[in-house]
Amino acid sequence: MRMMKAFLFACLGITTIAHADDIVERGRYLATAGDCASCHTARNGKPFAGGRVIATPFGPIPAPNLTPDAETGIGGWSADDFFHALHEGKGRDGTSLYPAFPFTSYTKVTRADCDAIFAWLKTLPAVRQPALPDTLRFPYRMRWLMGPWRTIFFDAGEYVADASRPASWNRGAYLVQGLGHCNECHARRNSFGAPVTEPFLAGGIIPVQNWYAPDLSMGVNGGLAGWSEADVVTLLKTGRSSRGTALGPMADVVMKSTRHLTDDDLAAIATYLKSLPDPEPRKPGESIAGAKDLVANGRGTYERQCAACHGDDGRGKGDAYPPLDRNPTVTDPTGINVIRAVLSGGFSPATEGNPRPYSMPPFSQRLDDDEVAGVVSYIRQAWSNKASAVSPGDVRAYRSVPGE
Amino acid sequence: MRSIRRWLAVMAILSCIGSATATDASVPDTLVQRIAACTSCHGEHGEGGDNGFNPRLAGKPAAYLARQMQDFQRGLRHYPLMEHQVMNLSEPYMREIAEYFAAQEVPYATHPAPSVTAEAKARGERLATQGDPARGIPACMACHGPQLTGVQPDIPGLVGLPYDYLSAQLGSWRTNTRHTVEPDCMATIVSRLTDADISAISAWLATRPVPADAHAAPAGSVTPPLRCGVLGG
Repeated sequence: MRMMKAFLFACLGITTIAHADDIVERGRYLATAGDCASCHTARNGKPFAGGRVIATPFGPIPAPNLTPDAETGIGGWSADDFFHALHEGKGRDGTSLYPAFPFTSYTKVTRADCDAIFAWLKTLPAVRQPALPDTLRFPYRMRWLMGPWRTIFFDAGEYVADASRPASWNRGAYLVQGLGHCNECHARRNSFGAPVTEPFLAGGIIPVQNWYAPDLSMGVNGGLAGWSEADVVTLLKTGRSSRGTALGPMADVVMKSTRHLTDDDLAAIATYLKSLPDPEPRKPGESIAGAKDLVANGRGTYERQCAACHGDDGRGKGDAYPPLDRNPTVTDPTGINVIRAVLSGGFSPATEGNPRPYSMPPFSQRLDDDEVAGVVSYIRQAWSNKASAVSPGDVRAYRSVPGE
Repeated sequence: MRSIRRWLAVMAILSCIGSATATDASVPDTLVQRIAACTSCHGEHGEGGDNGFNPRLAGKPAAYLARQMQDFQRGLRHYPLMEHQVMNLSEPYMREIAEYFAAQEVPYATHPAPSVTAEAKARGERLATQGDPARGIPACMACHGPQLTGVQPDIPGLVGLPYDYLSAQLGSWRTNTRHTVEPDCMATIVSRLTDADISAISAWLATRPVPADAHAAPAGSVTPPLRCGVLGG
């Protein structure tokens, strides 16, 4: 009998340990889905020890230490404290966090998922790294201003499943609206720094970083017009698809987050994006002075510098070089991404699905502002593309290389 | 036996079709094609650009080149355009790219010689070949090899590089925009140099003829006078 008891006890013990391991493992996965490392791990820094400074139009905000160090990290935090941070955007002392921390999205995360992430963070090696001082500009550094901001722009609330939709759609919506915090970049921010949510994921310029995060709807007028759900999954998994390549901040998201997600979760994300409403057709942008000459010159530059890879017909070459014709990134309202791609070139992210990516030369040292404006304007108006021309002044504005 | 062969042949054909659809057949499946972002500034064989700043990569030791890409990626070495290129590359891919450039054998280009006084040139030569023990400055040759062609596998050659590139690198150690793993012995050495020393060394190195055999010296052929993180600490 005693043997039996001991055996039962041992079994229970093992189950508890296995269960705890499961939670930690789930927490690790969820933290990856939330791309926490992108802000909380500094470049060349210790994992999750904070220290990366997030540039915002209101001043730089340093990301805090999430390792379980008692003094400088979250070692003294309880699971409730952690839930309050994600769900309500409040620090341990009850003061509001700034929305550079995307609690506007993380509020959708369930309590169980918050607890799993917290359990996983607690297993990380503790790193002693004190928080950097807040360097927000006046008046934004007055934290009490967050009170009225929250009243106007923030509704706390976990994700509520839509019973009329299948489970995979709900899973996709939960990931996109919550942990994925996609709308923090793929939306315009108003002058108070709050991301616009109506319409949702409708695209916008990422402040300070100056990349255009496109509209993510997949209808005929959408930012992902012409993409299939499989294309979306492939891009998130490998960093490129036959429709386009992840550039700039999205390449970073693929590297640190989406390539590690399960096929089921990626398919769920695609299912949800597919259901986003189709926006109104976009009005063509205003024509700029001298656009005709720019485009005519740009055609020559395209033939000399671009056509060998992207094709005279702008259709690209297989998986190596993305198409430029009917590519909504090319025709985005601003032209920023094409200008940056031409100036800085770069590799697609090196992922398990694309370990030796092809690349595009940077042209910043070879082409002047007029030439870049010409070739970008040509690309935006060639074949079936019908977007506005960009000016040499636009090019000059984005000549600084993207980065931190 | 024959059926197995036939089966293998069918599989081989099918796998060819598979790879042909994955990537357009007109795109060469070569490393050189893949790294157009590198070769457009550094040359197809890593011979270096002609603007005085894009350095030659051909023949530099592979571990050195891979380390530089890592350092750009980690923000230890700064040049925004390079940081952008390597930002999302994996270590195995960077290693493969480094090995490609390390294996290239192409003639050295000549660069316009800077105009410096004879006195400055003599000072540069003295520092490069003998150092200045009184100020704790070792000779460049003490680490970069008796011919200054580098030492396998981690130490780069200093021959055939343009003045602008050399002085920019020494300057960036001084202004804390170029780092590497600790202990960063080059940072220590450069902190002991004056501005005039940097110009003098860069000018002497840039005007020195490239030796007939410009290959890096074999591993272990120098005993560095300082502890260096890049050499294993």
